[in-house]
Parts: sequence; structure tokens; C-alpha cells
Amino acid sequence: MSTDTRPDAPLRDQYMPRESLTAGQLPKFTDLGLLVISIAVAAAILALFGSFNLVGAIVLGGPLFLIGIFALAFNVEGQRRAVNRVARYVILGAFILALVPLVSLLWEVISKGLPRFDWQFFTQTKRNVVGEGGGAAHAIMGTLIVTGLATVFSVPVGLFTAIYLVEYGKGWPKTVITFLVDVMTGIPSIVAGLFAYALFSTVIGPSKSGLAGAVALTVLMVPYVVRNSEEIIRLVPNSLREASYALGVTRWRTIVKVVLPTSISGIVSGVILAIARIIGETAPLLVTMGFTDSMNTNALPTGSMNPMTALPVFVYYEYTRPGRPQQAYFDRAWTGALVLVLIVMILNIIGRYVAKRFAPKINR
Amino acid sequence: MSATRGEVVTEDPTPEQSLLVDRRNIGDPVFKGISVGSGMLILAILAAVAAFLIIQAVPAFLTDAADLKYGNTWGYVAPFLFGTIWSSFLALLMAVPVAVGIALYISHFAPKQLAAPVAFIVDLLAAVPSVVFGLWGINVLAPALVPIYQWLGANLGWIPLFGGKVSGTGRTMLTAAIVLAIMILPIITSLTREVFLRTPGLQEEASFALGATRWEMIGQVVFPFGRSGVVSASMLGLGRALGETMAVAMVLSGGRNITFQLLTSNNPNTIASNIALAFPEADSHAVPQLIATGLVLFVITFVVNMVGRAITSGRGFQWPFKRAGKEA
Amino acid sequence: MAKRMELQDLNIYYGDFLAVQGVDMVIEPRAVTAFIGPSGCGKSTVLRSLDRMLELTPGGRVEGKVLLDGQDIYAPNVDPVRVRQQVGMVFQQPNPFPTMSIRDNVLAGIQLNARKMPKAHKEEVVERSLRGANLWNEVKDRLNSPGNGLSGGQQQRLCIARAIAIQPEVLLMDEPCSALDPISTLAIEDLIQELKENYTVVIVTHNMQQASRVSDKTGFFNIESTGKPGHLIEFDATEKIFTNPSQKDTERYITGQFG
Repeated sequence: MSTDTRPDAPLRDQYMPRESLTAGQLPKFTDLGLLVISIAVAAAILALFGSFNLVGAIVLGGPLFLIGIFALAFNVEGQRRAVNRVARYVILGAFILALVPLVSLLWEVISKGLPRFDWQFFTQTKRNVVGEGGGAAHAIMGTLIVTGLATVFSVPVGLFTAIYLVEYGKGWPKTVITFLVDVMTGIPSIVAGLFAYALFSTVIGPSKSGLAGAVALTVLMVPYVVRNSEEIIRLVPNSLREASYALGVTRWRTIVKVVLPTSISGIVSGVILAIARIIGETAPLLVTMGFTDSMNTNALPTGSMNPMTALPVFVYYEYTRPGRPQQAYFDRAWTGALVLVLIVMILNIIGRYVAKRFAPKINR
Repeated sequence: MSATRGEVVTEDPTPEQSLLVDRRNIGDPVFKGISVGSGMLILAILAAVAAFLIIQAVPAFLTDAADLKYGNTWGYVAPFLFGTIWSSFLALLMAVPVAVGIALYISHFAPKQLAAPVAFIVDLLAAVPSVVFGLWGINVLAPALVPIYQWLGANLGWIPLFGGKVSGTGRTMLTAAIVLAIMILPIITSLTREVFLRTPGLQEEASFALGATRWEMIGQVVFPFGRSGVVSASMLGLGRALGETMAVAMVLSGGRNITFQLLTSNNPNTIASNIALAFPEADSHAVPQLIATGLVLFVITFVVNMVGRAITSGRGFQWPFKRAGKEA
Repeated sequence: MAKRMELQDLNIYYGDFLAVQGVDMVIEPRAVTAFIGPSGCGKSTVLRSLDRMLELTPGGRVEGKVLLDGQDIYAPNVDPVRVRQQVGMVFQQPNPFPTMSIRDNVLAGIQLNARKMPKAHKEEVVERSLRGANLWNEVKDRLNSPGNGLSGGQQQRLCIARAIAIQPEVLLMDEPCSALDPISTLAIEDLIQELKENYTVVIVTHNMQQASRVSDKTGFFNIESTGKPGHLIEFDATEKIFTNPSQKDTERYITGQFG
């Protein structure tokens, strides 16, 4: 019993009794052991109902494990530690839950895409191809053209807007434009496609062209370029600018010769990542560029209907509108998907690498 | 001799000359003009988006229903509006807890070496294009879920959500919502993770010093700190889900039927998905209506984004976090 | 009952780096013990080992024993959470929880450790703790306002109130006044004199005058050079340390020749 002389020691003792420092502790391998047991029990239950499968056992065993570990820890370690333990596993479970679709998806894409991952796929089009053979050369070219155009359009606009926001902007014009850029990031991709279609339709009548697709992608890409560039340019310390001004250098030269070179790696990285984001877009290109089996390198809406195929649209149509034999079309679709995933991932990796490797060491 | 900016002066110029604005410097106004012009271009683009959409969509609202391909435009868009909101809501419901869990894992539970790889893996999900999710959804997820749907329909079919004839292909609202959830997971996770990582270490220490377990500390410090950030991240995720097109178009068996049922093949399509499916074959009677539905979608996503922004800015949400109400 | 703490041959590591070596000392109950020494000598490190906050820093670990009333807090089965219920800490930067009111801040520890306490008793605890921290009169009319709306000195006293609300046996204070103005500092120093009647207090301070004003016993820590481990050079009654130290280094430090 406590001989504490502090006035409300009895109060403390009643609600917060001094427990010993040592708590019961579950032995080290309890968690793992219980997990195994839970899965085994789940498997047994499923087998009893005649529908045993490994995945099911794991899915059922998970919650069983959580209940079991809580009950066990509650008795041995006390409620607070039991809750803490279970919380840790639930949180880990969240990550595993996210892993499952990723692994499944990558596995599917790779295994189904490899069969047609051949030279023919990259060099031939679908022109006059019915059934087996053929390739996606026209789609890959289409994607390169339309993405290239979108980049050419959006980088200057995006970069200069970012320069405006950081270097020149003040007051309500700056607020409004910042707000509008944010609005632009929220435009659904199909709406961007509809806009481009509507634009061309109003000006030259209903049409399909690579240019329209590029316009749609530009609308999607510009806000990313602005946001990213703005952030990077803002990071350039003011002391660098001031050093330049102190030497009597004009403002624009300061931006071009001091600020931009310092931030160039971040800007380039941002552009690469923006490209990675839009290169997989299907919906806007479906609406603006249509679809064709042949190679088309002309992006202009000559003769108004000048469809061009992009890789994601190729994948979509090969799969959803197959001819015969279906499998040949499905195969091409999966290979297209694999190529798409590879491109996006490689771009992501390059983009991040550029940012890290060439980041200037700025003294703070 | 007057000095050009940037050059070192080698002899003393007369004071009047060296301090005057160099009229030959046209670089500054030109450059500034380009920059300001770009900013104005943003304004122009957005105005153009709104304008051209409205121009093309207006016929759909003004023409007599009998002349339109799909009948009354509002009636046409209603089921798709419902489908869009319902599917996105379900996706959000599933994605947010998982995202918060992963973000917590990365920020507070994972050993230091694991944090970066785990974050990278989640970002990989973000890199997968929409069509590929569609392919995976039809081929892998939907068939895998069919037995579960059948079990649910057979045993819990009295719950309205699980009522109706269970789909044999698995291309149901629930499947589409799951795919959507997976697709918006990375963005919610990454933003939430940033928020959690910014929790002031000093407060975490204060909590530990009082004898809190790690989970208790998270409840006492991390969640209150990150609450508005989580909401804002969720709004962003919701915005993405609302606009998602191809995966839904491929996975969902959608029509014009308004229902809450999750397991059937008779689902309301989403606006975006419907446009993608109907547009390729649409003629000049149908296109304005499709564009009109696109306009509706634009308005909703706009509203959602604004609400998300209002929530965070209303609570004094800035980086680094400054709490509202800090008077001396 | 305020408890005695005893450090026996304590070595503290961050990973493989030995930060503090071979500390032996006895911290008397109902007294104030001060740790002084130049920057980087390990005094905060030793303080943090007393409530097992050290291991929250990656790689932080100890060898040797730290006894709380005879029981080694680093023994295998010991739960750090329980140690921290008995050994409280106040930090250099005041850190009240910004999302909580003053009342909720004081009750934060009670919320964790004594959830079932009825509301009326909780109010008693709030008043008692705020009085114990000399803050009651200043905030009694605004217990519901946010915890970080107070001045720096008040915030620190709030943190002290929060720490003593769960009635720890030992109270550790890591340079509690270094972020405060002189008036608040004096207020906290007076408070420490009152606190020692009921708690064992250990205070780290880089302010020698403060140590000489406030403490009963003082430990002087020093470090040969950066990269080398810190050591406890001398540990004795404060009076003796500051008037007639036995170690040369101690004398050089208190006369301001270094540090």
C-alpha cells in the first residue's frame, strides 16, 4: 500500500493502481505460430464445407488470427497492449491488401503479354490483318506523336505560367490563376477529350485527328507541369536571385540564367512524370482521335476525318471488339498493355532518377 | 560610356547615364509579357473548356425530346449520374481506411528501411493505366469474385444491397467499385502519408512520455493533427473516381437502370463510361447529349474539388501546419 | 512516494556509437538533482535513459542498470509504457497538444492511464495539477480554451501540470527553461522547489546559476572531444560542486573556462 503523502494519492491508487513494471509478455513466436494455426483452422473449416482453397484459407485465417491474438494478448498482457498489438497487424494487413491486386495485375499482364512481345508487334500495323499476326506499330507511333505534340504545347505554357506565379504574380490575378490551375487538375480526362472534340467540331465541323487528341492531352498535362514547376522554382532560395540582382543583372536574365538552371532537373523530372501520367490516357483519345488499323503520321484534321490510333485505345479495341480468332486479338491487347505498363514505369523511374541525381546542392 | 547591365564598368560613367533605366532592355517587358500571357492562357483555356462544352451541349437541352436520340436529356443523364456517385462513394468507402492504414504503416510502423520501398510499391499502382486495370478487372477480379457474390446472394440476399439476380460474369457494381478503390488508393495514401509524416515529433514524444502505447499515441496526436489532411486527400480521391472512365467501361455491365444492388449485371453506368462506350458510334443527334452528360460530370467534379478545398482552407490548413486560433 | 533512482555502470549507445560511458549515481527522492555540462556531453541522453524515451531514437540502447526503487527498468520483461507512467518528463520546448483544451491537456495522461475515473474526480485532478504547477489562477476561467493559446511560460507550466497529473514518482525536466524568458524561468524555478516536496526531480540545465539555485545535488558531465563518449566527472552536493569541487575539470567548467 502506498505511503504517499500527496493529497489525493487515494484517488490515484483507486483509478491508476501502481502496476508492477513487468507485464506478462507473450513469447516471441506467438504471433507467427498463431497465424499459422489460424490459417490451418480456416482451411479445415473450408474443407469441412467442401470448398477448400489456399486463398480462401488465408482470407478467412486473417480475421481469425486477429481475434485470436487479441484474446491471447488481452489475457496475458492486458487490454492496452492487446489493442496495440492488434492495431499493428491490422495496419500491416492494409498494406498486404494493397499488394494483392498489384501483384495479381503485374503477373497477369506479364504472363499474358509476353506471347506477342515480338518484333512483329513493334514493326507491323493491323492494316489488312485479320486474325493472327500484325502488330501495334501504328498505335505506338500514334502515342508518340500525340504525346510529343502535347508535351510541346504544354511545357512552354506550363513553365511560363509557373514563372509568372512565382516571379511576377501578385494580388488577385495570382490568386485567380492559382485557383484555375487547381480546377484544371480536377478536369476528368473524358471531359478534356469532349472539350477538344467540341472545339474542333465548332471550328471545322465534326472531325477526328491527332491534333485534337494532342489538345485534349495538353489540357490534362498543363496543370501538372505548372504545379510541379512552381514548386521547384519556389524552392530556389531568394538569396541566389538577390546575388544576381546585386550584380546588376536584369530580371529576365536572372530567371533564365540563374533560377531556371538551378531548378532544371526538377522541372525536367516533373515533365517526365507528367508524360508518364498522360501517356496511358485512353478516354480523351477515343473521343478525339478515333481508331484505325493503319499507320497515320498526319496529326492534322485534313479532310476532317483523320483518325489516328494510340496505344491505350488499341488495347481497348483489340480486347473489346475482337475478330476471329478471338485469342489473337486478346493476345495483341495484352501485349499492348504490357508495353504500356513498361513505358509508364520506365518513365516514372527515369523521372525520379533525374530529380534525385541532378538535384543541385543548395545551401540553406 | 553607358554600361550595359551585367557588364563590369571600366570607367566612371556620368551619374545620370548609369542610373537611368536602360531603354534598350526590352528583355524584361517581353519576358514578363510571355509569363503573364501564359497565366492568362490558363484562364482562356478554362473559359474555352466551359464555353465549347456548353455550345455543343446546349442543343441537347433545348431541342425537343422527340428529336433527340436518347430522349429527354435530364432523364437520360439521371441514371448515369446516380451510377457515377454511387460507384465513387463505394470506392471511397473501401479505399480510405486502407489508405490511412498504409500511410500509418509507412509513417509510424515500418522500419526505416522499409518505408521507402513500401511507398514505392504503392506508387506503382498509380502508374498502371486505366485500360490495364480494365483488362485485369474483366479477366481476373470479376471471375474470382463470382463465387463470393453467389454466396452473398444465396445467404444474405434478403439485404437489399445483395438482392437481385447474381451476375454470372462478376461484372457488377461492387466489382467496379473495388477496381475504382484500387485505382484511387495511391493518391489518397500518398497525400495522407505526407500529412502523417509531418506530425510534430515533439507532440509524439509528449504522448509517449505520459505512458501511451504506440497506437494510443497515434490516436492522441497523429489523427487529430492529420484529420483535415485525410479529408482533403479523400476529396481528391473522390474527384478521381468520379472521372474514371475506361476501367469502369470495361468492368461494369452498365445500362440505364437505377438501383443500389451490388451483385447484379443490371447496373447504372457511370457518365464517363457511358460516353466512352457510346461516343464512337454516335451521330450528330447523339453527340450533343453525350457532351451534355460530360458537362454534368464536369460540374460535379468541380463541386467536389471546391468542397475539398473549402474544408482544408477553412481549418487554416497550410504547410507547415499552423493551428487556427493561436493568440498570444 | 517519490522513488529513488540508481544508475549502475550505465553505458548508452546509439547503434554502435558509445555516447555515454560508465555512469554511476544515486538520485535521492524528494530532492532535486541537476545535470550540468557543456553541449554534447550526454546529459540529455542520460536523462532520456531514465524513462526509456531513449529507445524511441533509432539505435538507442543501454547497457548496465537503471534502478527505480530497486527494480531495474531495463530488465527483460519490463514494459516501457509502465516505466513512463512512473517517470514523467517535461521537455525543452513546451509541447501542449494543440488540438486539445487546457483541461484536456492536463487530463491527457489520465485519459490514457485511468480512463474509468469519474468526471468529478477528473475535475479535482485538473485543479490539483494546475495548482501544483502554479497555473490555476491564471487559467481557471478558461479551461476550455486551446492549450497552445498561452504564453511560453504558461505553456511550460501546463506541460508540468500535465506531467504531474498522473502523479509520477520521478519528474525529469530537460532544460525546461531554456526556451523561456527570465520571468517565466524564475517562476518555474520556484515551482521546482515546491515540486520536490512530493517528487523526485531530475533537471538537465546548461545554466549553471540555475543549477546552483535550484538543486540539492549536481552531476557534472563532460566529454573529451567530439566522437568520444561522455562521462560523469563528479557528482556531489550542489554546495560542494560550486564552491569546492574535487575534480579539475569541474572547477574549470564552473569558472567558465570552457563550455
